[in-house]
Amino acid sequence: MAKHHIEAVVNGDAVEFLCETEETLLDVLRDTLHLTGSKEGCASGDCGACSVMLDGRLVCACLVLGCEVGGRHVETIEGMAKGETLHPLQQRFLEHAALQCGICTPGFLVAGKALLERTLSPTETEVRYWLAGNLCRCTGYDKIVSAVMDTAAAMRKG
Amino acid sequence: MRYEAPESLEGAVALLAAATGDSRVLAGGTDLLVQMRTDIVDPELIVDIKRIPETRAITEEKGGWRIGAAVTGAELKEHPRLTHVWPGVVEAANLIGSTQVQGRATLGGNLCNGSPAADSVPALIAAGAVATLAGPQGTRDLPVEDVMLGPRRLALRKGEIVVSFLLPPRPKGSSDAYLRFIPRTEMDIAVVGAGVSLTVDGAGSITAARVSLGAVAARVLLVAEAAQALIGSRLDRPAQERLEAAARAACRPIDDKRGTTEFRIEVAGVLARRAALIALDRARTS
Amino acid sequence: MAETMTNGPSQTYVGTRTIRPDGVDKVTGRARFGADFDLPGQLIGRVLRSPHAHARIVSIDVSKAAALPGVKAIVTRDDFADQPSEFIPAGEMMMNYRDVVRNVMAREKALYEGHAVAAVAATSVAIARRALKLIDVTYEVLPHVIDVVEAMQPGAPLLHPDLFTAGVEPKPDQPSNIAKRVEIKQGDIEAGFTKADVIVEREFKTAAVHQGYLEPHAALASVSEDGSTELWCSTQGHFIVRAHCARLLGLDIGKIRVTASEIGGGFGGKTVVYLEPLAIALSRKAKRPVKMVMSREEVFKASGPTSGATVRVKLGATKDGKFVAAFAELKYQAGAFQGSPVQPGTMCAFAPYDIEHVHVIGYDVVSNRPKVAAYRAPGAPISEYAVESVVDEIAKKLDIDPIDLRMQNAAHEGTKAAYGPKFGPIGLEETLNAVKKTEHWNTPLRKWQGRGVASGFWFNIGGETCASLTVNEDGTISLMAGTPDIGGLRASLAAVAADELGVPYDKVQPIIGDTGSLGFNFLTGGSRSAFSGSMAIVEAAKQIKTDLCARACKLWEAEPDQVEFSGGHVKPLGALAEKVKPMSIADFAKVAGKTGGPIGGVGRINAQGAGPSFGTHLVDLEVDPETGRVTILRYTVAQDAGRALHPAYVEGQFQGGAVQGIGWALNEEYIYGPDGKLQNAGFLDYRMPVASDVPMIDAILVEVGNPKHPYGVRGVGETPIVPPLGAIANAMENATGIRFTELPMSPPRVLRALKERSLSGRA
Repeated sequence: MAKHHIEAVVNGDAVEFLCETEETLLDVLRDTLHLTGSKEGCASGDCGACSVMLDGRLVCACLVLGCEVGGRHVETIEGMAKGETLHPLQQRFLEHAALQCGICTPGFLVAGKALLERTLSPTETEVRYWLAGNLCRCTGYDKIVSAVMDTAAAMRKG
Repeated sequence: MRYEAPESLEGAVALLAAATGDSRVLAGGTDLLVQMRTDIVDPELIVDIKRIPETRAITEEKGGWRIGAAVTGAELKEHPRLTHVWPGVVEAANLIGSTQVQGRATLGGNLCNGSPAADSVPALIAAGAVATLAGPQGTRDLPVEDVMLGPRRLALRKGEIVVSFLLPPRPKGSSDAYLRFIPRTEMDIAVVGAGVSLTVDGAGSITAARVSLGAVAARVLLVAEAAQALIGSRLDRPAQERLEAAARAACRPIDDKRGTTEFRIEVAGVLARRAALIALDRARTS
Repeated sequence: MAETMTNGPSQTYVGTRTIRPDGVDKVTGRARFGADFDLPGQLIGRVLRSPHAHARIVSIDVSKAAALPGVKAIVTRDDFADQPSEFIPAGEMMMNYRDVVRNVMAREKALYEGHAVAAVAATSVAIARRALKLIDVTYEVLPHVIDVVEAMQPGAPLLHPDLFTAGVEPKPDQPSNIAKRVEIKQGDIEAGFTKADVIVEREFKTAAVHQGYLEPHAALASVSEDGSTELWCSTQGHFIVRAHCARLLGLDIGKIRVTASEIGGGFGGKTVVYLEPLAIALSRKAKRPVKMVMSREEVFKASGPTSGATVRVKLGATKDGKFVAAFAELKYQAGAFQGSPVQPGTMCAFAPYDIEHVHVIGYDVVSNRPKVAAYRAPGAPISEYAVESVVDEIAKKLDIDPIDLRMQNAAHEGTKAAYGPKFGPIGLEETLNAVKKTEHWNTPLRKWQGRGVASGFWFNIGGETCASLTVNEDGTISLMAGTPDIGGLRASLAAVAADELGVPYDKVQPIIGDTGSLGFNFLTGGSRSAFSGSMAIVEAAKQIKTDLCARACKLWEAEPDQVEFSGGHVKPLGALAEKVKPMSIADFAKVAGKTGGPIGGVGRINAQGAGPSFGTHLVDLEVDPETGRVTILRYTVAQDAGRALHPAYVEGQFQGGAVQGIGWALNEEYIYGPDGKLQNAGFLDYRMPVASDVPMIDAILVEVGNPKHPYGVRGVGETPIVPPLGAIANAMENATGIRFTELPMSPPRVLRALKERSLSGRA
């Protein structure tokens, strides 16, 4: 079975790649496109470490096939900063010490950014439920939630 | 492993009907990809139905709503009107997994995965949803409660796919609710799921109801006796107790890593009652 | 090193919330974790694992797999030399090389479902997976035993025919699944109980839980034709990995260079080797690099969860609340090979309290489960869950406030712990007081809500540490530490270096050096990396300061008492100050070559004087009486950090450990079927807390300085997981009136207990 030839846009750049049917978008990002910022924690959609945006929708890259993204736009953690300027959420994660080992951080940042693009006034409960698909074992979530709420407040001020 | 993404129903049906080995329909992929990864399934052919317009549309039809089988939970939630008309169906679809999973998971996939613990199915059954299937012999309709026959066993014939669901028109004073029990607050498979849809008249009396329970038997149950307990009542304490008893009596659950038999039976009654109360409250204020 | 913190340099950065130097890479996805490395020409390695919980391995036929195109190497037990029995420290536990080689690759028997039986290296994942299916293993399935009490019974399926219980007299002549009996004793326990006015005796049961690190084990090995080996892996101790691999593969230690990748969590579970020896063995055979990553299922089935246990506690107190006698018997699962944390569990059980008569017995028991590894304060959460529950019952029986009762009996400076040493200054009472003062403690509760409190502790360790500071030509500082940074270590060490040398924080660039770049470092564990690392950095800085003063003396033709180092400069004193100006580190850097060569210091120490860290946790929860579901409403942690080098990362340890404890108490457990197979080997059914399951965790930093550390630092990483189990069980008792003696307190268990209570008529 010949591989699929896929053309897509990743972090604003046109890319093309070959993939087998059974390769997930996560496999393609990491192993073919060498974008290793998205992580594999479980390969079953239960941990969120592979969170990416697909056509503006927050998804787990391990639950999307590589051959499904032809013609689509994918955004990963690698596209979050703009040049040397970190996204406010990235900056606040650093200031709040919202990461310890850092393996879950890309997933949380992509998911958190997706939330802030929908609302800049989430309650703490809304933040926690939105992020329930992102596991963290180090922080107990406290500083992550604070960083997201704090970023929302700062972005509200404009 | 072949991957095809037909752009028409006929194309999808033809591919599935002609397939000689194991073939799977791909909608959201939140079950299929996990099963492939863990070697539970090893299909020769994957048919992605997301390019077929009928599977992706949400349209009003004859006073009701037709929802494509490949519409995601997130899209359901973002629809401006569905949440008001069918809050139970929408919330059920949006309890599946996580925000990320809801961005991909579909009603069609949730049903056709064949798990009696599927979250959206009790809500669809309580709603009286009818599935439209397309196959080599043409199209046919099946009430959702008749689609899943048992764990991973569907009433679909070879080459048939679920195209869409039709939710019936809503009489005034109607609403629905779905509750599930999970040990955490999110991310678990339902240990018990309860969907209730009802209509209440101006005097506060329930004139119509459907009650469906998930994860308490080999298939998702439509519990007529539980509905009977509601109809004609105002969901006062005695009616609640009859509802709980009827819900519990219908359960034939298993002991597994997610819950014991006794636990599921006990909680089924509790959830049926709580879901009914929420649906009633919504119906009164709708 | 007896400098106290009052003699330390003025602190600009230590104690503040600096941005971690490795932070930008972590928030941009640039940081490279174990699975993020690739080498040209690499092969993919995969492991074939036993489907049986207990089976003799009769034969392994790899011929069909070897013939598959794309398969470049296969290893089995034949590729690993047997190891004689030798116990060595592994983190805070002990391990035996004879067991290690068998855990890494099964020999005579498969001892748990998931036990490695063979490994292949192939040119793609698909080929590797296919190759595994082509390996023919003939098993003779044997009866298995999972539960610790069952495993202890005579007649239980025997795992090791050569395992005789150690620590019993006379030495047994029959092998057993009981590997070891340990004991600590103080005073006369029988006499002690006669003095008690109230005695509570209870038996508790806990299930095995997993550390739950998000990053699966990963290793990439590249062996050259002359045997020199490069290894990248996700580990808590790359020097330890090097030692194990050298031993298992018969290599000189100096021929292996291990680079620790960024590590995505460990909590003790990455202090041992699984994939690393396999990757090296495969690479050696294939003559190509081999990359191996575990799946999540493999992590659950084939790495090292912690013990489940059965614990009996008997505590006696006078009616005034003085604890007079304490007894406990601990039976801990070790998994397939001996080495559960029953010893530290025994030592920690009653350690927070000053009790005259103490007797604790512990049993280390093997059964057909994965070999346990350390999990954050290994052994202590289990024993202290039991003890803190019983303490709470005594408080109720005597009608004494639970914080006051603990305060009355609290260990303090000078208390002799039952396991041996006398405590120096410690902060248990401070944490109890801190909790008592909180608004949390004083907030009223409603029906079906309950509040629980518990204390706990961990010894913490020091150990061999080697860290260096180098002054670069432009005066910037390169810092190299040798313990992987799991949670902010580089930030803390950079702050210490900056303050010691008087340079700006952002002029210090810390890295974690590979094993070729530093002397031996014990692993990141035992809450030691900040404690020991900072000590080594202080030592390295001292060497630089001494060196610079010597260079100044040469340049200025001065005597040593005419110069001193302060504020990042060597300063001339007295009359000399009129002749020469102070020189900064950067000034010296410019003339380094002319004044003797490169400037640097290396701290090589065996850090002593680790101080224990005590903590007290307070939790409010609510029970849904109709479903048994528990919601954590509020949580406060007060813990003694000695001196917080970086307050935010110390708070982070408190919060993370508390939430792990919440998961352990409420929902996490290994669930085995009657076939001995793990039923919940994934994040779906192994239920760790998600963000919506927990509230904010209030962290109160108590600082009772450790006089044996130049800054007063105590390790903090492990204590936070010790009190939650007891605190939550105590809160459940207050919410429901039921004492839960089995963990997790999952909804079916809670609901059944509530139903049984109402059926039996007790309100």
